[in-house]
Amino acid sequence: MSKSVERVAPFLFGLTALALWQGAVWMTHTPSYVVPGPLKILRAFYDSRTALGAGLLSTLAVTGAALLASTILGVFLAVAMAASSFFRAAIQPWAVILQVTPVVAIAPLIIIWVGQPFLALVVCAVVVSFFAILSNTAAGLAATPPELLDLFLLNGATRWQILFQLSLPYALPFFLTGLRLAGTLALVGAVVAEFVAGSGGFASGLAWQIIEASYRLQIPRMFAALLLLGAAGIVIYAVLGVLERVVLTRRDGA
Amino acid sequence: MFTLRHVAKHFGDGMKALEDITAEIPPGSFVALLGPSGCGKSTLLRLLSGLEMPSSGEISWGHTGKPAPGEIGYVFQDPTLLPWANAAENVYLPLRLRRESWSSAMPRVHTALAQVGLEGFEQSKPKGLSGGMRMRVSIARALVSEPALLLMDEPFAALDEFTRHKLQDDLLALWRRTGKTVVFVTHSIYEAAYLANRILIMTPRPGRIAATLTPNLPVGVERRNSPAYHALVSEITASFQRIMPA
Repeated sequence: MSKSVERVAPFLFGLTALALWQGAVWMTHTPSYVVPGPLKILRAFYDSRTALGAGLLSTLAVTGAALLASTILGVFLAVAMAASSFFRAAIQPWAVILQVTPVVAIAPLIIIWVGQPFLALVVCAVVVSFFAILSNTAAGLAATPPELLDLFLLNGATRWQILFQLSLPYALPFFLTGLRLAGTLALVGAVVAEFVAGSGGFASGLAWQIIEASYRLQIPRMFAALLLLGAAGIVIYAVLGVLERVVLTRRDGA
Repeated sequence: MFTLRHVAKHFGDGMKALEDITAEIPPGSFVALLGPSGCGKSTLLRLLSGLEMPSSGEISWGHTGKPAPGEIGYVFQDPTLLPWANAAENVYLPLRLRRESWSSAMPRVHTALAQVGLEGFEQSKPKGLSGGMRMRVSIARALVSEPALLLMDEPFAALDEFTRHKLQDDLLALWRRTGKTVVFVTHSIYEAAYLANRILIMTPRPGRIAATLTPNLPVGVERRNSPAYHALVSEITASFQRIMPA
Protein backbone atom coordinates (compact mmCIF):
# COMPACT_ATOMS: atom_id res chain seq x y z
CA MET A 1 0.00 0.00 0.00
CA SER A 2 1.39 3.41 -0.94
CA LYS A 3 2.13 6.14 1.59
CA SER A 4 -0.61 8.51 0.43
CA VAL A 5 -3.29 5.83 0.62
CA GLU A 6 -2.11 4.98 4.12
CA ARG A 7 -2.46 8.61 5.09
CA VAL A 8 -6.00 8.90 3.73
CA ALA A 9 -7.12 5.55 5.15
CA PRO A 10 -8.07 6.68 8.68
CA PHE A 11 -10.17 9.56 7.29
CA LEU A 12 -11.93 7.27 4.84
CA PHE A 13 -12.71 4.89 7.65
CA GLY A 14 -13.93 7.73 9.87
CA LEU A 15 -16.18 9.18 7.16
CA THR A 16 -17.65 5.78 6.36
CA ALA A 17 -18.36 5.15 10.02
CA LEU A 18 -20.03 8.56 10.34
CA ALA A 19 -22.17 7.91 7.26
CA LEU A 20 -23.25 4.50 8.59
CA TRP A 21 -24.02 6.07 11.97
CA GLN A 22 -26.15 8.82 10.40
CA GLY A 23 -27.88 6.28 8.16
CA ALA A 24 -28.66 3.96 11.08
CA VAL A 25 -30.08 6.82 13.15
CA TRP A 26 -32.34 7.86 10.23
CA MET A 27 -33.53 4.38 9.42
CA THR A 28 -34.30 3.32 12.99
CA HIS A 29 -35.86 6.71 13.87
CA THR A 30 -33.76 6.78 17.05
CA PRO A 31 -34.61 9.92 19.05
CA SER A 32 -31.65 12.28 19.49
CA TYR A 33 -31.87 12.13 23.32
CA VAL A 34 -30.81 8.50 23.05
CA VAL A 35 -28.31 8.57 20.21
CA PRO A 36 -27.95 11.73 18.12
CA GLY A 37 -26.68 11.49 14.54
CA PRO A 38 -23.48 13.27 13.48
CA LEU A 39 -25.47 16.06 11.79
CA LYS A 40 -27.34 16.86 15.02
CA ILE A 41 -24.01 16.96 16.86
CA LEU A 42 -22.58 19.32 14.25
CA ARG A 43 -25.62 21.53 14.74
CA ALA A 44 -25.11 21.46 18.52
CA PHE A 45 -21.48 22.49 18.00
CA TYR A 46 -22.61 25.54 16.07
CA ASP A 47 -25.45 26.46 18.44
CA SER A 48 -23.37 26.30 21.63
CA ARG A 49 -20.08 27.44 20.16
CA THR A 50 -19.60 30.26 22.68
CA ALA A 51 -20.23 28.10 25.73
CA LEU A 52 -18.19 25.19 24.37
CA GLY A 53 -15.32 27.49 23.38
CA ALA A 54 -15.26 29.09 26.82
CA GLY A 55 -15.38 25.66 28.44
CA LEU A 56 -12.52 24.42 26.28
CA LEU A 57 -10.40 27.48 27.07
CA SER A 58 -10.97 27.11 30.78
CA THR A 59 -10.11 23.40 30.72
CA LEU A 60 -6.98 24.09 28.65
CA ALA A 61 -5.93 26.84 31.08
CA VAL A 62 -6.13 24.38 33.96
CA THR A 63 -4.27 21.75 31.92
CA GLY A 64 -1.51 24.14 30.90
CA ALA A 65 -0.99 25.49 34.41
CA ALA A 66 -0.96 21.95 35.79
CA LEU A 67 1.57 20.81 33.20
CA LEU A 68 3.87 23.69 34.09
CA ALA A 69 3.57 22.98 37.81
CA SER A 70 4.07 19.23 37.23
CA THR A 71 7.22 19.92 35.24
CA ILE A 72 8.73 22.06 37.98
CA LEU A 73 7.66 19.70 40.77
CA GLY A 74 8.53 16.48 38.89
CA VAL A 75 11.98 17.60 37.75
CA PHE A 76 12.82 19.08 41.15
CA LEU A 77 11.84 15.90 42.99
CA ALA A 78 13.64 13.69 40.44
CA VAL A 79 16.85 15.68 40.88
CA ALA A 80 16.53 15.56 44.66
CA MET A 81 15.92 11.81 44.55
CA ALA A 82 18.94 11.29 42.28
CA ALA A 83 21.13 13.41 44.54
CA SER A 84 20.26 11.75 47.84
CA SER A 85 19.30 8.16 48.49
CA PHE A 86 17.79 9.29 51.80
CA PHE A 87 15.49 11.66 49.94
CA ARG A 88 14.65 8.95 47.42
CA ALA A 89 13.67 6.53 50.17
CA ALA A 90 11.63 9.23 51.88
CA ILE A 91 9.75 10.47 48.80
CA GLN A 92 9.21 7.43 46.61
CA PRO A 93 6.48 5.60 48.59
CA TRP A 94 4.47 8.83 49.01
CA ALA A 95 4.71 9.64 45.33
CA VAL A 96 3.45 6.16 44.50
CA ILE A 97 0.60 6.38 47.04
CA LEU A 98 -0.45 9.72 45.56
CA GLN A 99 -0.25 8.17 42.10
CA VAL A 100 -2.40 5.11 42.80
CA THR A 101 -5.11 7.01 44.71
CA PRO A 102 -7.92 7.85 42.26
CA VAL A 103 -8.12 11.60 41.88
CA VAL A 104 -11.93 11.42 42.08
CA ALA A 105 -11.52 10.22 45.64
CA ILE A 106 -9.27 13.05 46.79
CA ALA A 107 -10.61 15.85 44.58
CA PRO A 108 -13.41 16.87 47.02
CA LEU A 109 -10.85 17.16 49.81
CA ILE A 110 -8.47 19.19 47.63
CA ILE A 111 -11.29 21.50 46.57
CA ILE A 112 -12.29 22.11 50.19
CA TRP A 113 -8.70 22.63 51.36
CA VAL A 114 -7.48 24.84 48.53
CA GLY A 115 -10.62 26.95 48.39
CA GLN A 116 -9.73 29.02 45.33
CA PRO A 117 -11.51 27.04 42.54
CA PHE A 118 -9.01 27.46 39.67
CA LEU A 119 -6.10 26.61 41.94
CA ALA A 120 -7.96 23.57 43.28
CA LEU A 121 -8.49 22.25 39.76
CA VAL A 122 -4.82 22.79 38.95
CA VAL A 123 -3.76 20.93 42.09
CA CYS A 124 -5.97 17.96 41.13
CA ALA A 125 -4.50 17.87 37.62
CA VAL A 126 -0.98 18.09 39.06
CA VAL A 127 -1.68 15.12 41.35
CA VAL A 128 -2.62 13.08 38.28
CA SER A 129 0.18 14.21 35.97
CA PHE A 130 3.35 14.97 37.92
CA PHE A 131 4.25 11.33 38.54
CA ALA A 132 4.77 10.71 34.80
CA ILE A 133 7.35 13.50 34.72
CA LEU A 134 8.92 12.48 38.03
CA SER A 135 9.35 8.81 37.14
CA ASN A 136 10.58 9.42 33.59
CA THR A 137 13.03 12.13 34.62
CA ALA A 138 14.27 9.95 37.48
CA ALA A 139 14.79 7.06 35.05
CA GLY A 140 16.68 9.42 32.73
CA LEU A 141 18.91 10.69 35.53
CA ALA A 142 19.68 7.08 36.47
CA ALA A 143 20.54 6.24 32.85
CA THR A 144 23.66 8.41 32.78
CA PRO A 145 26.40 6.14 31.38
CA PRO A 146 28.77 5.19 34.23
CA GLU A 147 31.78 5.66 31.93
CA LEU A 148 30.90 9.31 31.37
CA LEU A 149 30.49 9.74 35.11
CA ASP A 150 34.02 8.30 35.51
CA LEU A 151 35.31 10.70 32.87
CA PHE A 152 33.76 13.65 34.70
CA LEU A 153 35.28 12.48 38.00
CA LEU A 154 38.72 11.94 36.42
CA ASN A 155 38.64 15.57 35.38
CA GLY A 156 37.67 16.76 38.82
CA ALA A 157 34.07 17.70 37.98
CA THR A 158 31.91 19.11 40.78
CA ARG A 159 28.43 17.80 41.63
CA TRP A 160 26.89 20.77 39.85
CA GLN A 161 28.93 20.16 36.70
CA ILE A 162 27.83 16.52 36.73
CA LEU A 163 24.19 17.55 37.21
CA PHE A 164 24.01 20.34 34.63
CA GLN A 165 26.49 19.17 32.01
CA LEU A 166 25.83 15.43 32.16
CA SER A 167 22.85 14.03 34.07
CA LEU A 168 20.17 16.59 33.18
CA PRO A 169 21.04 16.74 29.45
CA TYR A 170 21.08 12.94 29.41
CA ALA A 171 17.65 12.86 31.06
CA LEU A 172 16.12 15.29 28.52
CA PRO A 173 14.72 12.63 26.11
CA PHE A 174 13.22 10.76 29.08
CA PHE A 175 11.75 14.00 30.46
CA LEU A 176 10.17 14.83 27.09
CA THR A 177 8.52 11.41 26.98
CA GLY A 178 7.22 12.02 30.49
CA LEU A 179 5.96 15.46 29.46
CA ARG A 180 4.00 13.96 26.55
CA LEU A 181 2.32 11.46 28.87
CA ALA A 182 1.76 14.13 31.52
CA GLY A 183 0.04 16.38 28.96
CA THR A 184 -2.87 14.01 28.42
CA LEU A 185 -2.91 13.00 32.09
CA ALA A 186 -3.20 16.66 33.12
CA LEU A 187 -6.20 17.03 30.80
CA VAL A 188 -7.83 13.96 32.32
CA GLY A 189 -7.09 15.26 35.82
CA ALA A 190 -8.49 18.69 34.98
CA VAL A 191 -11.75 17.25 33.63
CA VAL A 192 -12.22 14.86 36.54
CA ALA A 193 -11.67 17.73 38.95
CA GLU A 194 -14.15 19.87 37.00
CA PHE A 195 -16.74 17.11 37.35
CA VAL A 196 -16.27 17.00 41.11
CA ALA A 197 -16.20 20.80 41.38
CA GLY A 198 -19.23 21.04 39.08
CA SER A 199 -21.32 18.77 41.29
CA GLY A 200 -20.23 20.96 44.21
CA GLY A 201 -21.56 24.09 42.54
CA PHE A 202 -18.48 25.45 40.81
CA ALA A 203 -19.26 25.39 37.10
CA SER A 204 -16.35 25.54 34.69
CA GLY A 205 -14.68 23.82 31.80
CA LEU A 206 -15.76 21.18 29.33
CA ALA A 207 -16.82 18.89 32.16
CA TRP A 208 -19.47 21.41 33.17
CA GLN A 209 -20.68 21.58 29.57
CA ILE A 210 -21.17 17.82 29.69
CA ILE A 211 -22.89 17.87 33.10
CA GLU A 212 -25.21 20.73 32.15
CA ALA A 213 -26.09 19.17 28.79
CA SER A 214 -26.94 15.89 30.52
CA TYR A 215 -29.16 17.68 33.11
CA ARG A 216 -31.09 19.22 30.22
CA LEU A 217 -31.06 16.05 28.17
CA GLN A 218 -29.23 17.92 25.37
CA ILE A 219 -27.48 14.79 24.24
CA PRO A 220 -26.10 16.25 20.95
CA ARG A 221 -24.39 19.02 22.94
CA MET A 222 -23.03 16.42 25.34
CA PHE A 223 -21.53 14.59 22.39
CA ALA A 224 -20.10 17.84 21.03
CA ALA A 225 -18.35 18.59 24.33
CA LEU A 226 -17.09 15.02 24.50
CA LEU A 227 -15.66 15.22 20.98
CA LEU A 228 -13.99 18.52 21.79
CA LEU A 229 -12.40 16.91 24.83
CA GLY A 230 -11.11 13.99 22.78
CA ALA A 231 -9.75 16.34 20.14
CA ALA A 232 -8.02 18.45 22.80
CA GLY A 233 -6.34 15.31 24.15
CA ILE A 234 -5.12 14.26 20.73
CA VAL A 235 -3.82 17.75 19.94
CA ILE A 236 -1.96 18.01 23.25
CA TYR A 237 -0.38 14.59 22.67
CA ALA A 238 0.56 15.44 19.09
CA VAL A 239 1.97 18.89 19.91
CA LEU A 240 4.13 17.51 22.72
CA GLY A 241 5.23 14.68 20.41
CA VAL A 242 6.34 17.20 17.77
CA LEU A 243 8.09 19.24 20.47
CA GLU A 244 9.96 16.09 21.56
CA ARG A 245 11.10 15.29 18.03
CA VAL A 246 12.08 18.85 17.14
CA VAL A 247 14.02 19.45 20.36
CA LEU A 248 15.94 16.17 20.10
CA THR A 249 16.73 16.43 16.38
CA ARG A 250 17.92 20.00 16.82
CA ARG A 251 20.11 18.98 19.73
CA ASP A 252 21.55 15.61 18.66
CA GLY A 253 21.40 16.01 14.88
CA ALA A 254 19.15 14.12 12.49
CA MET B 1 57.49 5.45 36.39
CA PHE B 2 54.14 4.00 37.39
CA THR B 3 54.41 1.07 39.76
CA LEU B 4 52.07 -1.41 41.38
CA ARG B 5 53.24 -3.30 44.46
CA HIS B 6 51.30 -6.33 45.75
CA VAL B 7 48.03 -4.79 44.67
CA ALA B 8 44.86 -6.74 45.46
CA LYS B 9 41.23 -5.82 44.94
CA HIS B 10 38.42 -7.61 46.74
CA PHE B 11 34.83 -6.50 46.42
CA GLY B 12 32.27 -6.33 49.22
CA ASP B 13 30.54 -9.52 48.12
CA GLY B 14 33.75 -11.49 48.68
CA MET B 15 34.64 -11.53 44.99
CA LYS B 16 38.42 -11.47 44.60
CA ALA B 17 39.13 -9.58 41.38
CA LEU B 18 42.88 -9.11 41.66
CA GLU B 19 45.56 -10.77 43.76
CA ASP B 20 49.17 -9.76 44.35
CA ILE B 21 49.76 -7.64 41.25
CA THR B 22 53.27 -6.26 41.04
CA ALA B 23 54.25 -4.50 37.86
CA GLU B 24 56.13 -1.56 36.46
CA ILE B 25 55.00 0.70 33.68
CA PRO B 26 58.06 2.52 32.33
CA PRO B 27 57.43 5.97 30.84
CA GLY B 28 56.85 5.83 27.12
CA SER B 29 55.97 2.14 27.12
CA PHE B 30 52.93 0.58 25.47
CA VAL B 31 51.65 -1.97 27.96
CA ALA B 32 48.97 -4.51 27.07
CA LEU B 33 46.95 -6.13 29.84
CA LEU B 34 45.96 -9.40 28.25
CA GLY B 35 43.66 -12.01 29.74
CA PRO B 36 40.32 -13.78 29.44
CA SER B 37 37.06 -11.98 30.19
CA GLY B 38 36.49 -11.47 33.89
CA CYS B 39 40.16 -11.68 34.89
CA GLY B 40 40.11 -8.20 36.42
CA LYS B 41 41.84 -6.32 33.59
CA SER B 42 39.32 -3.51 33.69
CA THR B 43 39.45 -3.41 37.47
CA LEU B 44 43.22 -3.01 37.25
CA LEU B 45 42.73 -0.14 34.81
CA ARG B 46 40.30 1.57 37.17
CA LEU B 47 42.83 1.22 39.98
CA LEU B 48 45.48 2.78 37.72
CA SER B 49 43.11 5.67 37.00
CA GLY B 50 42.72 6.40 40.70
CA LEU B 51 38.93 6.05 40.42
CA GLU B 52 39.09 3.10 42.78
CA MET B 53 41.41 2.24 45.65
CA PRO B 54 43.11 -1.15 46.02
CA SER B 55 42.07 -3.33 48.95
CA SER B 56 45.74 -3.80 49.75
CA GLY B 57 49.07 -2.97 48.18
CA GLU B 58 50.27 0.29 46.68
CA ILE B 59 50.06 2.15 43.43
CA SER B 60 52.42 4.98 42.65
CA TRP B 61 51.99 7.45 39.83
CA GLY B 62 55.55 8.67 40.17
CA HIS B 63 54.55 11.18 42.84
CA THR B 64 52.89 11.07 46.21
CA GLY B 65 49.14 11.06 46.25
CA LYS B 66 46.46 10.41 43.68
CA PRO B 67 46.50 11.57 40.07
CA ALA B 68 45.48 15.18 39.51
CA PRO B 69 42.53 16.01 37.25
CA GLY B 70 43.66 15.58 33.66
CA GLU B 71 46.72 13.52 34.55
CA ILE B 72 44.94 10.37 33.37
CA GLY B 73 43.40 9.96 29.92
CA TYR B 74 40.77 7.24 29.71
CA VAL B 75 39.29 5.62 26.62
CA PHE B 76 36.35 3.28 27.21
CA GLN B 77 35.07 0.35 25.21
CA ASP B 78 32.25 2.52 23.90
CA PRO B 79 33.10 5.99 22.61
CA THR B 80 30.68 7.46 25.26
CA LEU B 81 30.50 10.85 23.59
CA LEU B 82 27.94 13.43 24.63
CA PRO B 83 25.30 12.95 21.92
CA TRP B 84 24.27 16.62 21.95
CA ALA B 85 27.81 17.98 21.51
CA ASN B 86 29.79 18.05 18.27
CA ALA B 87 33.26 16.52 17.93
CA ALA B 88 35.11 19.67 18.98
CA GLU B 89 32.85 20.21 22.01
CA ASN B 90 33.28 16.58 23.03
CA VAL B 91 37.06 16.91 22.88
CA TYR B 92 36.86 20.21 24.78
CA LEU B 93 34.88 18.56 27.61
CA PRO B 94 37.80 17.57 29.92
CA LEU B 95 39.24 21.08 29.66
CA ARG B 96 35.84 22.70 30.13
CA LEU B 97 35.33 20.68 33.32
CA ARG B 98 38.58 22.17 34.57
CA ARG B 99 37.21 25.62 33.72
CA GLU B 100 39.43 26.43 30.78
CA SER B 101 37.90 28.93 28.40
CA TRP B 102 37.06 27.79 24.89
CA SER B 103 39.40 30.36 23.35
CA SER B 104 42.42 29.16 25.31
CA ALA B 105 41.52 25.48 24.81
CA MET B 106 40.70 25.69 21.11
CA PRO B 107 44.24 25.21 19.72
CA ARG B 108 44.69 22.03 21.78
CA VAL B 109 41.24 20.76 20.78
CA HIS B 110 42.17 21.15 17.13
CA THR B 111 45.57 19.55 17.65
CA ALA B 112 43.98 16.56 19.38
CA LEU B 113 41.44 16.13 16.57
CA ALA B 114 44.23 16.41 13.99
CA GLN B 115 46.25 13.77 15.86
CA VAL B 116 43.46 11.25 15.30
CA GLY B 117 42.91 12.33 11.69
CA LEU B 118 39.63 14.17 12.18
CA GLU B 119 40.38 17.61 10.77
CA GLY B 120 37.26 19.01 9.20
CA PHE B 121 34.88 17.02 11.42
CA GLU B 122 34.85 19.54 14.29
CA GLN B 123 31.17 20.38 13.78
CA SER B 124 29.91 16.79 13.32
CA LYS B 125 27.70 15.36 16.02
CA PRO B 126 28.20 11.72 17.12
CA LYS B 127 25.08 10.62 15.23
CA GLY B 128 26.68 11.76 11.97
CA LEU B 129 29.95 9.85 12.57
CA SER B 130 30.81 6.21 11.95
CA GLY B 131 31.77 3.88 14.80
CA GLY B 132 35.47 4.21 14.00
CA MET B 133 35.28 8.00 13.84
CA ARG B 134 33.45 8.17 17.15
CA MET B 135 36.25 6.13 18.70
CA ARG B 136 38.75 8.59 17.20
CA VAL B 137 36.90 11.47 18.86
CA SER B 138 36.99 9.52 22.11
CA ILE B 139 40.77 9.09 21.79
CA ALA B 140 41.20 12.79 20.97
CA ARG B 141 39.18 13.61 24.10
CA ALA B 142 41.61 11.50 26.16
CA LEU B 143 44.65 13.13 24.52
CA VAL B 144 43.54 16.75 24.83
CA SER B 145 44.65 17.07 28.47
CA GLU B 146 48.09 15.75 27.47
CA PRO B 147 47.81 13.05 30.14
CA ALA B 148 50.87 11.42 31.69
CA LEU B 149 49.14 8.05 31.35
CA LEU B 150 46.68 6.97 28.67
CA LEU B 151 44.40 4.12 29.76
CA MET B 152 42.43 2.25 27.12
CA ASP B 153 39.81 -0.37 27.98
CA GLU B 154 39.23 -2.63 24.93
CA PRO B 155 38.60 0.46 22.80
CA PHE B 156 38.50 -1.39 19.47
CA ALA B 157 36.58 -4.50 20.58
CA ALA B 158 33.28 -3.34 19.06
CA LEU B 159 34.71 -2.29 15.68
CA ASP B 160 34.87 -4.36 12.51
CA GLU B 161 38.19 -5.99 11.61
CA PHE B 162 39.14 -3.47 8.89
CA THR B 163 38.39 -0.42 11.01
CA ARG B 164 40.18 -2.07 13.93
CA HIS B 165 43.37 -2.63 11.91
CA LYS B 166 43.33 0.96 10.70
CA LEU B 167 42.83 2.33 14.20
CA GLN B 168 45.54 0.04 15.59
CA ASP B 169 48.00 1.33 12.99
CA ASP B 170 47.04 4.93 13.67
CA LEU B 171 47.33 4.40 17.43
CA LEU B 172 50.82 2.92 17.01
CA ALA B 173 51.90 5.85 14.86
CA LEU B 174 50.43 8.28 17.39
CA TRP B 175 52.22 6.52 20.25
CA ARG B 176 55.57 6.68 18.41
CA ARG B 177 55.03 10.35 17.59
CA THR B 178 54.01 11.47 21.06
CA GLY B 179 55.88 9.02 23.29
CA LYS B 180 52.80 8.67 25.53
CA THR B 181 52.67 5.95 28.17
CA VAL B 182 49.78 3.67 27.25
CA VAL B 183 48.10 0.87 29.17
CA PHE B 184 45.80 -1.02 26.85
CA VAL B 185 43.36 -3.67 28.06
CA THR B 186 42.45 -6.37 25.56
CA HIS B 187 41.31 -9.96 25.41
CA SER B 188 42.74 -10.38 21.91
CA ILE B 189 46.11 -12.11 21.69
CA TYR B 190 46.60 -10.65 18.21
CA GLU B 191 45.90 -7.14 19.34
CA ALA B 192 48.24 -7.35 22.33
CA ALA B 193 50.99 -8.87 20.19
CA TYR B 194 50.57 -6.27 17.48
CA LEU B 195 50.46 -3.14 19.63
CA ALA B 196 52.45 -3.55 22.83
CA ASN B 197 56.11 -3.54 23.69
CA ARG B 198 55.26 -4.90 27.12
CA ILE B 199 52.60 -7.57 27.57
CA LEU B 200 51.27 -8.54 30.98
CA ILE B 201 49.58 -11.93 30.74
CA MET B 202 46.88 -12.33 33.38
CA THR B 203 45.31 -15.44 34.87
CA PRO B 204 41.55 -15.99 35.22
CA ARG B 205 39.95 -14.67 38.40
CA PRO B 206 41.44 -13.79 40.75
CA GLY B 207 43.68 -11.98 38.26
CA ARG B 208 47.41 -12.36 38.77
CA ILE B 209 50.23 -11.59 36.41
CA ALA B 210 51.37 -14.94 35.02
CA ALA B 211 54.07 -13.64 32.71
CA THR B 212 55.54 -10.43 31.32
CA LEU B 213 56.77 -10.30 27.73
CA THR B 214 58.77 -7.47 26.21
CA PRO B 215 58.67 -8.07 22.47
CA ASN B 216 60.39 -5.89 19.92
CA LEU B 217 58.60 -6.12 16.59
CA PRO B 218 59.65 -4.39 13.37
CA VAL B 219 58.07 -1.00 12.74
CA GLY B 220 56.05 -0.31 9.62
CA VAL B 221 53.71 -1.95 7.15
CA GLU B 222 55.41 -5.36 7.32
CA ARG B 223 54.71 -5.68 11.03
CA ARG B 224 51.43 -7.57 10.71
CA ASN B 225 53.00 -10.13 8.38
CA SER B 226 56.37 -10.38 10.06
CA PRO B 227 57.57 -13.78 11.32
CA ALA B 228 58.38 -12.13 14.66
CA TYR B 229 54.72 -11.13 15.09
CA HIS B 230 53.48 -14.64 14.32
CA ALA B 231 56.09 -16.16 16.63
CA LEU B 232 54.92 -13.80 19.38
CA VAL B 233 51.28 -14.81 18.86
CA SER B 234 52.33 -18.48 19.17
CA GLU B 235 54.35 -17.76 22.29
CA ILE B 236 51.43 -15.99 23.97
CA THR B 237 49.03 -18.74 22.92
CA ALA B 238 51.37 -21.32 24.43
CA SER B 239 51.56 -19.50 27.74
CA PHE B 240 47.76 -19.36 27.93
CA GLN B 241 47.67 -23.09 27.25
CA ARG B 242 49.90 -23.52 30.29
CA ILE B 243 47.76 -21.19 32.49
CA MET B 244 44.39 -22.53 31.35
CA PRO B 245 44.83 -26.18 30.30
CA ALA B 246 41.92 -27.44 28.21
